[in-house]
Amino acid sequence: MSLMPPPLAILAELTHRCPLRCPYCSNPVELARAREELSTEEWIELLRQAAALGVLQVHLSGGEPTARKDLERIVLAARELGIYTNLITSAVLLDRARVDALAAAGLDHVQISFQDAEAQSADRIGGFSGGHEKKRAVAGFVRAAGMPLTANLVVHRQNLDRLGAMIGMAAEMGARRIEVAHVQYYGWGLVNRAALVPTRGQVAAADAVVAEARARLEGRAVIDYVVPDYYARRPKPCMGGWARQFLTVTPTGKVLPCHAADSLPGLRFDSIRERPLAEIWESSEAFRRFRGTDWMPEPCRSCDRREMDWGGCRCQAFALVGDAAATDPACGLSPHHGRIAALAARESEEGADAFLYRSFATVAEARGAAALTRDRARPEAAARPAPG
Amino acid sequence: MTEQPVIGEASVPRFPRGVRLQYNAQRQHWMVQAPERVFIPDEVALAVLQRVDGRTSISAMVDTLARDYAAPREVIRDDVLELLRDLARKGVITA
Repeated sequence: MSLMPPPLAILAELTHRCPLRCPYCSNPVELARAREELSTEEWIELLRQAAALGVLQVHLSGGEPTARKDLERIVLAARELGIYTNLITSAVLLDRARVDALAAAGLDHVQISFQDAEAQSADRIGGFSGGHEKKRAVAGFVRAAGMPLTANLVVHRQNLDRLGAMIGMAAEMGARRIEVAHVQYYGWGLVNRAALVPTRGQVAAADAVVAEARARLEGRAVIDYVVPDYYARRPKPCMGGWARQFLTVTPTGKVLPCHAADSLPGLRFDSIRERPLAEIWESSEAFRRFRGTDWMPEPCRSCDRREMDWGGCRCQAFALVGDAAATDPACGLSPHHGRIAALAARESEEGADAFLYRSFATVAEARGAAALTRDRARPEAAARPAPG
Repeated sequence: MTEQPVIGEASVPRFPRGVRLQYNAQRQHWMVQAPERVFIPDEVALAVLQRVDGRTSISAMVDTLARDYAAPREVIRDDVLELLRDLARKGVITA
């Protein structure tokens, strides 16, 4: 038994393939191809190592995890190892028979994402015609199979005004958990930020909608609410702190402290094809880089919240300030905070609504857009706070 | 989703699908695993949850616990009902 407590959960990105093209996808802008993906045996070996390490839950995600034909075998293996299995799915590739097969394999819980309360808008946002109705049908199959359902409602400027209707829809389909998640602005979300970032007024209205729904649904459904941190005063404790509770395994076996960490320059991430999971968790350079509080610059270093929010999000610090070791500019104490909040307010008021959809083909375009976004967000000469 | 019925002594609690009580060897703790959540029961909660099997009524559980802990039955009953009602609100048990 080592000194570092084991991770609670693993996000297993089984594939980057997905029929949806959501413009805020959390996958990296550069997507892995099918032929590079870990095999069934490699995923099962990873789960074995995870169970030995003390991992309690696995989130089977993607891309769209049901694009993998071996998903049932992976679920079965996880259950046999005593790992709790969550399926994070868009649901559009599922039918009743496959839902029943996954239930039979021992799947513990299903989370389905919804893009809006209205089919036309939902299908436009997801870039997939007929998706919304499909999702609603599959939610019914999940409940009929007796599995608990979470509805994941991804919100942003173009659907936030219908949040009340979205929550109503989720409760009606029997979701016991409802996640209201504001888009996070890295990867594709950063590329499309101008089309997604909500106005301050919308965020205030959404806060009230959530408070009212929580009271109304007490005892029937729990609402988890992820606030949009461009408008926050303090940053979110991203991942519960870098490399403290969670890890992500990419489709090709790269092990990351969070799903967006691959966007950070200068960090080398190990692969489970090359190193045992326990060793990566304990001692890989990338995991140790921002673990704990030693890496922190001011104002984090002397802040009494340093072990509450752990300095916020490294990917956001890099995306907005150009320095992964900077205080998350979502924090009001960051010297960059005012500029970020003003930028969000300005973009939200300008009201651009065109999306650059996620795809394998638009990498160059998306990269260009990401660079542009970063440049707009950065101060003239990228004044970086000196670490520590 | 329907409203949870009020839990009383005659109720027979069980874990719904997607919730289970499990021992974790690395942490040397019993844990309740639920959708994207993990609860660590304290000693009292654990004593109750280990008797949740979908067959035993709360009344029978209270009898056993009162005997095992040599405590007044009504005190145990109130504690058990309060705990299980709270867990039912969170969706951790049903009855």
